[in-house]
Amino acid sequence: MSKVIINDVRRGFYLDSVALMRFSRTIAELEGVDEAALMMGTPANRQIMSDAGLLDDAGRAAEGGDLVIGIRARDQKSADQALAESRAMLDQPTARGADAAAWHPRTLRAALKLEPDADLALISVPGDFAIAEARKAIRRGLHAMIFSDNVDIRDEVALKQEAQELGLLVMGPDCGTAIINGTPMAFANRVTQGTIGIVGASGTGTQEVSCLVSQYGGGISHAIGVGGRDLTPEVGAISTLMAIDALDGDAATEHIVLVSKPPKPGVAAKVLDRIAKSKKPATVCFIGAEESPMPTNVTQVFTLKEAARSALALDAGDADLAAIHVPSHRTRVEGLFSGGTLCAEAQFIFHAADEPVASNAPVPGVPVLGKTANGHLMLDLGADEYTRGKPHPMIDPSVRDEILIDALKNEEVGVILADVVIGFGAHEDPAGHFTNVLQEHHTEDGPAIVASVTGTEEDPQVRSAQMAKLETAGVHVAPTNADAARWALSAIRSRG
Amino acid sequence: MSETKVNQFLKTPVKVVNIGLEGFAKELEQQGVTVVQVDWAPPAGGDPKLADLLSKLGT
Repeated sequence: MSKVIINDVRRGFYLDSVALMRFSRTIAELEGVDEAALMMGTPANRQIMSDAGLLDDAGRAAEGGDLVIGIRARDQKSADQALAESRAMLDQPTARGADAAAWHPRTLRAALKLEPDADLALISVPGDFAIAEARKAIRRGLHAMIFSDNVDIRDEVALKQEAQELGLLVMGPDCGTAIINGTPMAFANRVTQGTIGIVGASGTGTQEVSCLVSQYGGGISHAIGVGGRDLTPEVGAISTLMAIDALDGDAATEHIVLVSKPPKPGVAAKVLDRIAKSKKPATVCFIGAEESPMPTNVTQVFTLKEAARSALALDAGDADLAAIHVPSHRTRVEGLFSGGTLCAEAQFIFHAADEPVASNAPVPGVPVLGKTANGHLMLDLGADEYTRGKPHPMIDPSVRDEILIDALKNEEVGVILADVVIGFGAHEDPAGHFTNVLQEHHTEDGPAIVASVTGTEEDPQVRSAQMAKLETAGVHVAPTNADAARWALSAIRSRG
Repeated sequence: MSETKVNQFLKTPVKVVNIGLEGFAKELEQQGVTVVQVDWAPPAGGDPKLADLLSKLGT
């Protein structure tokens, strides 16, 4: 099988990753093209392109400020046509976005001349450059929220230590969600303002808890994201501790909720010691952790739903879920999640019920994918192995399509469990995308489908409208992700 | 105890400099948040190590 690889390098030409991913997809879908990517030529991106078999010598010689077009095609003609199409797209005046004509400052320093009172730098540049931008921001007195990932952990530690000395907060790297004083930042939802303050080392965990608090009649004072590695021993919870200090001293906050993967005992002790010094009650959800001793002002919970209900002093609130018929030969549940913590929550529920379950992003006690046979599967489709060089499934739900279609055709699968996450930053109609795939590939005797929608009525996509689309397509829609997991569990156990 | 910088930050409406994805700035603008978009391009000719060094020098 002959393949043609063709590269084109534009020196000093920058476009952001969202625009480039959109172009990459358009080119990859052209007739005769096997794979295509348009990426900035940073070392990390060149590695991704190399692994995908998209680089030739020209691309390998590119630098971080160069845009690389990499195309692998069936034949020379298809490759040439795809290259011509790529060049034409990049030459369109709108390539740099609809706002291309507007003037913007080119540096943080120039931006601060326009807005000297700015107090937060929101940074989503490629990971190789994110720390440099964040360092400039804190040295000019700004707090930083770093959405970018692929940042060296040693750089994260150094940045957070410097910021701590300056009394400034660093949210991230890899911080997808924050709500500051009622303002949703990056991937967050429009929730009711109130008295519950969240510290979250997980984006979708924070989204689910903040939305449920809002749905249950409460409100959020702030949701401070800290990044997925803040509670590792290397980072030592620097931002988490600063965030707890801040919420403890914040007049608007009456109850503190902490959501994270289970930290190592030393880090957990440090964080719990700090919470114990607060006069405010707190709820701790180390998702996947076992029950452990807590300070007297802390309630430990095990799911995101419990976290929201505990913060509002509500009972468990078991949902009334109708029976779902699953034929006896269909023995497995397959969870296809865009949210990592939603996947973790579902794993915890299955594992706690003694069901065999495996995941590519396992919680404690759950084996990593491929290590067990015949169990249920919970897949985090936002994990690196699914998203290298591709958009996150919350931005582009088509990342889930292929694996969803496979599950729909799999005779062993009795229930497909899925999340739909809406809000700012997310796809404009993820439920619509999901149901389009179902309409084409789901048959009546196929697997049952159970889902939930993380979001609020005030979000741009409107939660009830997304739920209605799912229900119309025959999806069993649960009120929360935890309820969806329990519903799937009950359906597979009562099959016959 | 004097108020910390983080507590001041939480008390006032957030004002943002957005460095990167323009969509984030647009969504903030639509919510009435003060936001300045930086027309960012990789500094130092796209060399991350040099960019890192320059940020330490305050440029």
